[in-house]
Amino acid sequence: MSARPFSAWSHLLRRPVSAAGLGVVVLLLTLALLGPQLAPYGPNAVDVTRALQPPSMEHWFGTDDLGRDVLSRVVLAARVSLQVSLISVSIALVVGVVLGLVVGYFRGWADTVIMRVVDVVFAFPIMLLAIAIVAVLGPGVTTATVAIGVVYVPVFARVTRASALALREEPYVRAAAAIGAGPLRIIRAHVLPNVSAPVIVQTSLSLAFAILSEAALSFLGLGVQPPQPSWGRMLFDGKGFTDAWWMSVFPGLAIFVTVLAFNLVGDGLRDVLDPRRRSAMESRRDR
Amino acid sequence: MLRFSLARAGHAVVVLLGVTVVVFTLMHLVPGDPVRVALGTQYTPESYEALRSASGLDRPLISQYFHYVGSAFTGDLGVSFRTGEPVTLVLLERLPATLSLAFAAMVIAVVTAFPLGVYAATHQGRISDTIVRVVSQFGVSVPDFWLGILFILLFSSTLGWLPPSGYVPLTEDPVGWLSRVIMPATAVGLVSGAIITRFVRSAVLESLGSEHARTARAKGLRRRIVRSRHVVRNAMVPIITVIGVQAAILMGGVIVIEVVFAWPGLGRLTFDAVSARDYPVVQGAVLLVATLFLLVSMAVDLLYARIDPRISIR
Repeated sequence: MSARPFSAWSHLLRRPVSAAGLGVVVLLLTLALLGPQLAPYGPNAVDVTRALQPPSMEHWFGTDDLGRDVLSRVVLAARVSLQVSLISVSIALVVGVVLGLVVGYFRGWADTVIMRVVDVVFAFPIMLLAIAIVAVLGPGVTTATVAIGVVYVPVFARVTRASALALREEPYVRAAAAIGAGPLRIIRAHVLPNVSAPVIVQTSLSLAFAILSEAALSFLGLGVQPPQPSWGRMLFDGKGFTDAWWMSVFPGLAIFVTVLAFNLVGDGLRDVLDPRRRSAMESRRDR
Repeated sequence: MLRFSLARAGHAVVVLLGVTVVVFTLMHLVPGDPVRVALGTQYTPESYEALRSASGLDRPLISQYFHYVGSAFTGDLGVSFRTGEPVTLVLLERLPATLSLAFAAMVIAVVTAFPLGVYAATHQGRISDTIVRVVSQFGVSVPDFWLGILFILLFSSTLGWLPPSGYVPLTEDPVGWLSRVIMPATAVGLVSGAIITRFVRSAVLESLGSEHARTARAKGLRRRIVRSRHVVRNAMVPIITVIGVQAAILMGGVIVIEVVFAWPGLGRLTFDAVSARDYPVVQGAVLLVATLFLLVSMAVDLLYARIDPRISIR
């Protein structure tokens, strides 16, 4: 590890590209929080007399087939996209880190069993497993959140376990055990703080892929349900209107910018916190 | 090498059994009675019992699992709730479309990524390297299905150069197939290519800085020889790994793009089956894709053990 998390943020802000990514993330969070106040129209304000209007001063991103303002819907969809990705990655983070810490530190049969389960989950392409879970539980925001959370648990478990395995052999961890510190205290005081760097990096990158996964599920009608606006569903709705390019371009652009911002922050954090893991993590990033 | 291959195959079998447990359990977590759901308005007590018995759902759970695994290994994945056709047949009909799309996408990905990654690494710090890095970062972040929609808007709706959707088998009409596969394959291939480009660049950079490359340069070998024989060749192991991972991902990662382009592959089939709650087909498709994913991963492991003997010794 080359830097501690707190100093890492200041290092990150000194990198123009990463700082730009962080700026976009902050902007998106602001949009998500203040969306209803910032959007010029209601997201479901139907006005068929204004259907399929191209971008203009009145409707910057044009209107859809029901005359709804595309800009307002894009702004309000930011909330649900970020909400799904933040909650799903939080689920994956908590479950994955706890599993990784326990099996990495204690090893034994639990390690063998849990890592085989992780191998099994890794045998499924992420989107396919998420779709299968949503197919079983039924479409909706909650099930999409759970599905995305479940499929990202193994990534966090592996990253945490790998760090915990190395840390348990460190002299200071062995010394803590020698003076009688219990396993839970060792994990909390010595192991957990030292696995935080790769976990923070993985969190940022996973947020990007969770946004993509949510958009894909909503595109397929398995995530956010109409009339609630979501970027993925807006893309699906716009697909049939090839003359109204704005219905497809702007929601897609929103997904792209959001994912790019999280990726830039993630890459910056990786370079600052742990450059050695770069290659290993890149190989699996699209799973 | 033989021991390594056997160990890898053993691991794959264990994981595959785990996959069958996950798939079987998932489909038994479906709320409500899947047979009742499948019959819908055609429900009669007789048809209900007949479909329940035909699907094996009247047996104890553990017996159902062993029957499911036994049947799956002999190629029997049950019958579709929707059409009554054997699931295996339905899957085999759709498999060539997915394989041909994944193959075309992989070709595009490798053909763009390999030269770009090597070029960027050998020109590290220059403007061309920066351009490649920026473009690959964009490629990693763009949703492939959005890229596909943009291609349709540009090349089909605006320019009228390519058909917006549909499928013709490669064996029947290669030109027709190519004109239809080019957009979905490029949309998926460019995203995979962006990931591979970043990886190729990293691997070649690492190899360029290694001692064997420095020794080759110190011996006075020409730059081109050093690059081709010593740098790129030694960077191939991690590159093959990431290409293999991407190929495996493409097997199950083209679901949304197949929906965008009405491509009648496994992804589209899974989507339709999920929409129609045709659980035997969903179960079969998930199992087949996971199996393909495992087989490709295993093939990659064996391939790179072949390229780098140190891996099988470890």
